Amino acid sequence: MLADALLLQLGYNATLVTLGAAILGVAAGVAGTFLFLRKRALVSDAISHATLPGVGLAFMAMVALGGDGRALVGLLAGAAISAGIGLLCVQWLSSRTRLGEDAAIGAILSVFFGFGVVILTLIQTMTAGQQAGLEGFLLGSTAGMLRSDALLLAASALGVLALVLLLRRPLTLAAFDPGYTQAAGWQLNRVDLAMMGIVLLVTVVGLKVVGLILIVALLIVPAVTARFWSDRADHVVWIAGAVGGAAGYVGAAASAIAPNLPTGPIVVLVGFVMFMISLLIAPGRGVLASVLFHHRYQRRVHMRQGLLALAQGQPIYERLTHRLLRKAGLVRADGVATSDGQAAAAKALLDEVRWGIVRGDHSFASAATRYDGLTPIEDVLTPDQVTEIDRRIETPQAVSP
Amino acid sequence: MMGQEFVALSLPPILIGICVAVACALPGNFLLLRGQALIGDAISHVVLPGIVVAFLLTGVVAAGPMLAGAAAAAILAVVAIEVIRRLGRIEPGAAMGVVFTAMFAGGVLLLEQSDTSSVHLDVEHALYGNLESLIWLDAVGWSSLLDPTALATVPVELPRMAVALAAICLFLFIFWRPLSLVAFDEGFGQSLGLPTRWISLALVIMSAVAAVAAFDAVGSIIVIAMFICPPAAARMMTNRLGHQVAWSTGFAALAAVLGYVLAGYGPLWIGAQASVSAAGMIATVSGVILAVAAIAGPHRARNG
Repeated sequence: MLADALLLQLGYNATLVTLGAAILGVAAGVAGTFLFLRKRALVSDAISHATLPGVGLAFMAMVALGGDGRALVGLLAGAAISAGIGLLCVQWLSSRTRLGEDAAIGAILSVFFGFGVVILTLIQTMTAGQQAGLEGFLLGSTAGMLRSDALLLAASALGVLALVLLLRRPLTLAAFDPGYTQAAGWQLNRVDLAMMGIVLLVTVVGLKVVGLILIVALLIVPAVTARFWSDRADHVVWIAGAVGGAAGYVGAAASAIAPNLPTGPIVVLVGFVMFMISLLIAPGRGVLASVLFHHRYQRRVHMRQGLLALAQGQPIYERLTHRLLRKAGLVRADGVATSDGQAAAAKALLDEVRWGIVRGDHSFASAATRYDGLTPIEDVLTPDQVTEIDRRIETPQAVSP
Repeated sequence: MMGQEFVALSLPPILIGICVAVACALPGNFLLLRGQALIGDAISHVVLPGIVVAFLLTGVVAAGPMLAGAAAAAILAVVAIEVIRRLGRIEPGAAMGVVFTAMFAGGVLLLEQSDTSSVHLDVEHALYGNLESLIWLDAVGWSSLLDPTALATVPVELPRMAVALAAICLFLFIFWRPLSLVAFDEGFGQSLGLPTRWISLALVIMSAVAAVAAFDAVGSIIVIAMFICPPAAARMMTNRLGHQVAWSTGFAALAAVLGYVLAGYGPLWIGAQASVSAAGMIATVSGVILAVAAIAGPHRARNG
């Protein structure tokens, strides 16, 4: 069954929803990257919770106008309006009052959501309209979606994705260097507004798929995951898009199987698994890479200190150092240096003496900053410079009687 | 007759509401000043998986295991946020977003997949609780407040919440000086030799206690609102910490009473038959209070 869902064998609607969720995931991953790099990830939490009163009020308005209140376009339009108001409130609270952005986010999030709950309970007392689908907005539900809704979802996800790609240059600029963005002729607050607008669109389109409580994860998790794999903004954007797309695809496909499998949690958990894998094994920033790096660094330090001790004829008591030197065939079991060891020790000592001269000479100031007690000087200076330094090494003088 | 109805149906929820609101608002003041306002948000989301796991392990819906599970989940979340933030070198907001959404998602999925149809445990309940249902059936009027046998049947949430509130008040009373010092100038606190890391951990744990105790009675949305809105509104009213805490207590109690009354009787006044969610209305009222304070509070400006 899951294989069928993943291979898009569950019929036209489910296929459309799954593809729509995948596109939405890509758009959310890309948009979320800019949000994350701008360090405003949790603003999306306020935006998403602020959609609830809009959904409820739109339902009531549509029922009052004589419909059954299920038209997805209307509900999403209501969600967008109230999310926009919530966003403006966050901006106003954090810029015009003494509250920080985090407090503004928390206040708007809880108050709008609370108000939305009041409206939902009001709707439950209404007799008109079909209110069955409204809870689906909390946690997302793609099972039994109408064809028109699925088309709307897929089309608007594509639209959001196109918008993000169109605006990616100013968004990247603003994320890294707000000052330069302004100097380059962009209006910073308009760029920020555009970013928030895109986040708002992603949220609204994602309401039906992921639900308003967890859509924030679709914006944050892919970006955080992608950040582990690259230091280049353009790469991070694409990796985040891929992670978000995969999460959306798997989540929507799995949720289509059974009616009591809400889409949102599955999408989030798929994303979280990818995050954990990245946290552990990503090269460079991952935990495993850090551990390995630390291990290698420790060995290099021990090796170097051991060689310097050998060169100065001091005995080596430290166990790890001794073991490392023995393994490399540089000392014998009794701690006496082999001929290889003597050569390596002499080389290490020469290196240290050369570094000493470089660090004492202001004309080598920039090279001296590379000194870490491990890097051979040949990696930093040209052979000519090394020869020049060697000339300054004091040779042993005969002691006058 | 009016007195009997009020004591039986409205007094316990109002008292519980006040206890919840004040218990959350008190530590909320310090979280707000330390720029950790969203910790309450994260904690109240992760309470759900804790409760679900506790239910799956014990098979009963009882207060003890659930509180333990919720507290364990809250502590696990705080630790996980810190670990992910350090290991992955991620900004705190994003680390928080990753952890609490993943845990909440796990809780929802467990809940949907396990057979909880026989017990009263669902996502909606976790989000907005059911304050209105905490009624005191044996009360016959104001005289019941002095009757030991009637008092024994008061909703169990009320004494539990009162104990949590008392514990939080005691904590704040004992650690008032270090807490206020750390809230304003952590570096100075460190230079005095205060264990600032332990103080902030204790603050987070006390917040978790408030959130977990409150959660069962009123759901998580009111918890988040009360952690942030009354302290934020109080912040607009004064520049003194003591006054701020007092204002926030007043605002929290006001929001609880007004919210409950509006939710219970407001719809009747405009001609509807049923009442609306009290938890949602309390959050809404606290937002209105914050809005008024933000527009007209004497110290609302950044450098005021």
